[in-house]
Amino acid sequence: MSIIIDAELCTGCASCMESCIYDAIELDNNIAKVLPNCTLCRACIEACPEEAISLERDDAKAQKVDISQFKGVWVVAEHYKNKIQKVSFQLLSKGRELADILQVNLTFVILGTDFDDKLEEFSQYGMDEIIYIKSPILKDYYSDLYTKVITELVLETQPEIILIGATATGRDFAPRVAKRLRAGLTADCTGLEIDLETRNLLQTRPTYGGTIMATIRTPSSRPQMATVRAGIFKMPEKIKKNVNIRKIEYEFKEQDSVSKIVKVISKTKTPVNLEDAKIIVAGGRGVGSKENFKLIEDLANVLGAELGGSRITIELNWLDPDRQIGQTGVTVSPKLYIACGISGAIQHIVGMENSNIIVAINKDPDAPIFNFAHYGIVGNLHEIIPILIEEIKIMNLNKE
Amino acid sequence: MCVKQVPGVSEVRIDPKTNTLVREGVLSIINPNDRNALELALILKEEHKVEVIALSMGPPQAEEVLREALAMGIDKAILLSDKAFAGADTLATSHTLALAIKKVLKEFDSEENYLIICGAQAVDGDTGQVPPELAEELGIPQITYVQNLLLSEDKIIVERKFRATEIVVIETKLPALISVLIDINKPRYPSMAGIMKAYEKANVIYFDSMALNADSSKIGLNGSMTEVKKIFFPERKVNPIMLEGSTEEVVRKLCQYLKDDKIF
Ligand SMILES: Cc1cc2nc3c(=O)[nH]c(=O)nc-3n(C[C@H](O)[C@H](O)[C@H](O)COP(=O)(O)OP(=O)(O)OC[C@H]3O[C@@H](n4cnc5c(N)ncnc54)[C@H](O)[C@@H]3O)c2cc1C
Ligand SMILES: Cc1cc2nc3c(=O)[nH]c(=O)nc-3n(C[C@H](O)[C@H](O)[C@H](O)COP(=O)(O)OP(=O)(O)OC[C@H]3O[C@@H](n4cnc5c(N)ncnc54)[C@H](O)[C@@H]3O)c2cc1C
Repeated sequence: MSIIIDAELCTGCASCMESCIYDAIELDNNIAKVLPNCTLCRACIEACPEEAISLERDDAKAQKVDISQFKGVWVVAEHYKNKIQKVSFQLLSKGRELADILQVNLTFVILGTDFDDKLEEFSQYGMDEIIYIKSPILKDYYSDLYTKVITELVLETQPEIILIGATATGRDFAPRVAKRLRAGLTADCTGLEIDLETRNLLQTRPTYGGTIMATIRTPSSRPQMATVRAGIFKMPEKIKKNVNIRKIEYEFKEQDSVSKIVKVISKTKTPVNLEDAKIIVAGGRGVGSKENFKLIEDLANVLGAELGGSRITIELNWLDPDRQIGQTGVTVSPKLYIACGISGAIQHIVGMENSNIIVAINKDPDAPIFNFAHYGIVGNLHEIIPILIEEIKIMNLNKE
Repeated sequence: MCVKQVPGVSEVRIDPKTNTLVREGVLSIINPNDRNALELALILKEEHKVEVIALSMGPPQAEEVLREALAMGIDKAILLSDKAFAGADTLATSHTLALAIKKVLKEFDSEENYLIICGAQAVDGDTGQVPPELAEELGIPQITYVQNLLLSEDKIIVERKFRATEIVVIETKLPALISVLIDINKPRYPSMAGIMKAYEKANVIYFDSMALNADSSKIGLNGSMTEVKKIFFPERKVNPIMLEGSTEEVVRKLCQYLKDDKIF
C-alpha cells in the first residue's frame, strides 16, 4: 500500500508538501515525491488541486458492515457528585442538530444512580429518549463498567453516532468501547457536520496542540464515535417535548470491575467556573508576581468576571490549577475575554479563541496575542488596569 | 512500555503572517510523555528488579528513539516496522502493539505478572486512545492520566488526575496498563556510558507483520476505521483594532467600543 503520484498530472505546485505534517513529501525535479516516513494519512490526496495523488490499496480491506442498519444519535452523559456535566448538555444541542439532519432520534444515555427525580428536568433539553442505566455502583466512574454497559447497549440498539465529552472520563472509556466494538473513534472534536449523501459524520479536530486541524471520517463502519471538547457547543434551549424514558436496573457481578477506588483527593478551595463565565479576566507572566495578581482580581471583581490565567501563572503558583486556560487547562468561550500580560502561545489560544470579544493588553507590540484580539492595547498593564478599573467603577455607578 | 517517535513539536509553529506551518530544527523526538513513561519504568527497575522492554511501532527511523531509550537504561528495545503497518489509526496501532506484547509475554513466560506503561498522549496524533484500546485488547484494566504510582507485589495503587483539581486514588491488580502525565516525574538524561552501550553493543529487535503473524485486515490502513479526509490550518480571522493615545484615552476608547458591542 502506498501513496502514488501521477507524474503526468503533477505540476509541482507543492500544495501536497504544505498539507503534509510529517514532512514526507519533497519536490524532485519539480515533481512531488513521497518519502519513506509517509504514514499514509492521505491528507495530500485531498490537498492536490490536480488530482494527481492517489492511494494504491491492496484488496484485503476489512469486511464491510451493513451501515444502513445503524440509526440514531446518542449522547453519553458524564456526571460528578450527582450532577450532569455541562459538556453533556452542550453535546445534546449539537446532537439535536445532527439528529434532525439525519431524521433520526436523539438519545441521552445516563449511567448512574439517584437520577430518578431529575429525568423530568433533563427531558427539557431536546432529546427524544433517555436511557437510564441504574445501579448504586455507577455513582462513581469505573472504566470497565462503563465499557460493559455501553457496548451491550450499542449492540442491542445500533446507533449510528455516539458523542462523548472529551474529558478525562470520556477519553478513558470511549476508546475501550470503540475497541470492543471495532468502531472508529475520533478524539477531541471541535467541529461536527453531516455529509448527508453518505450519512458520514465529518469530525474536525485539532492536532499538534491546535496548530493543525484535521477532518476525520469513518466511512465503512458504525457506530461513528467521537469525543468532543467542552465549551465548543452552546447549551441547548429548554423546550417542552414528549420524551420516552427507558430505565434499566442493572445488576453487576463482582468480577465486572477489577479496580477499586480508594479515595478522592480534592485540591480546590472555592469552586471556579470558567466554562460558564460571561466575562473572563486572565493574567499571564506579564503580571509579574502573585501579589500583583490582586490587580487582575480587582478588575475581575468590578466586571463581575471570573479570573483565569496562562499555564505559567499556575506553574509559578500565582493561581490555582483550575484557573488554567488552554490546551491542557479549560476551554472557554465567554462574551468578553481580557488577556493581561499573556503572550498568546498557541496552547493558550486554543483554549480561548472562541470568545466573542478578546481584548489584549501587552507591552510588546509584536506579541502574538494581538493576532487573535479584537481590541489591542500596547502598554504596561500596571498603568492601564488601575485606570480601567476606575472607569468601569464610574460606569457601574451610572448604571445604578 | 510503549514509546512513539513524534515530530519535534515544540519546533512547530504557525507563521502569523503567512498562516503556514514553520518547522525548525529537529525532525523527530521521543514523545514527551513517553520520556516520563521511560523514567517510571527505570525507577521500577531499580526498586523492584523488573525487566524493562520498550516497544515502538514506526518507520525504520524510529530506531533512533529506541536507541535513546536504551541509552537511558532499558533492557530491551523492539521496533515494529513494516510497510503494512503504515496508515494505522488507533485501532490498528493498538492491535499491532498488542500482538507484539503477547508475543513477548509468551517468550518471557510472564502472562500473569506485567505492567504496561504508556504516555497519556502523543503530541502529534494527540488522541490518547492507544493506551485504553491496548488495555482492552489485552483484556487488562487500565488507569489513564496517572500522576503517581506505587507498585507492591501483584498490585498497583495510582493517583489518577480526572479533573483539574481532583485526583482519584485507584487500586488494581496486575497485569494492568497505565498512561502517565508529564507531572509524574522528571525524566533522566542518558549517561555517556549508556549512550556508548546503546549505540555500540545493544541491539534493536525488529518485528514485521510476518513475525507477529498479523492478519492483514487488522493492521495498517486496512485495519483502520477512521480516515483523515482533510488537513488544514485553522483560520485565525480577526484584525485587531489597536487603541492608541494616552492611557486615559485608550481606556475610554476601549469602554466605548465594549459599550457599542453591548458588552457593558
Ligand atoms: C504541551 C504544552 C501544553 C501547554 N498548555 C498550555 C495551556 O493549557 N495554557 C497555557 O496558557 N499555556 C500552555 N502551555 C504553555 C505555553 O506554551 C506558553 O508557555 C504560556 O502560555 C505562556 O504564558 P504567558 O503568556 O503568561 O507568558 P509569556 O509567554 O512569558 O508572556 C508574557 C507576556 O507578558 C508581556 N508583559 C510583560 N510585562 C508586561 C507588563 N508590565 N505589561 C503588559 N505586558 C507585559 C510580555 O510582553 C509577554 O508577551 C503549554 C505548553 C506546552 C508545551
Ligand atoms: C492529523 C491526524 C489525526 C488523527 N486522528 C485520529 C483519530 O481521531 N482517531 C484515530 O483513531 N486515529 C487518528 N489518527 C491516527 C493516530 O494518530 C495513529 O493511530 C497513531 O499511530 C497513534 O495515535 P496517537 O498519536 O493519537 O497516540 P496516543 O494514543 O495519543 O498515544 C498515547 C501513547 O500510546 C503509545 N503509542 C502510541 N502510538 C504508538 C506507537 N506507534 N508505538 C509505540 N507506542 C505508541 C505511547 O506510549 C503514547 O504516549 C490521526 C492521525 C493524524 C495524522
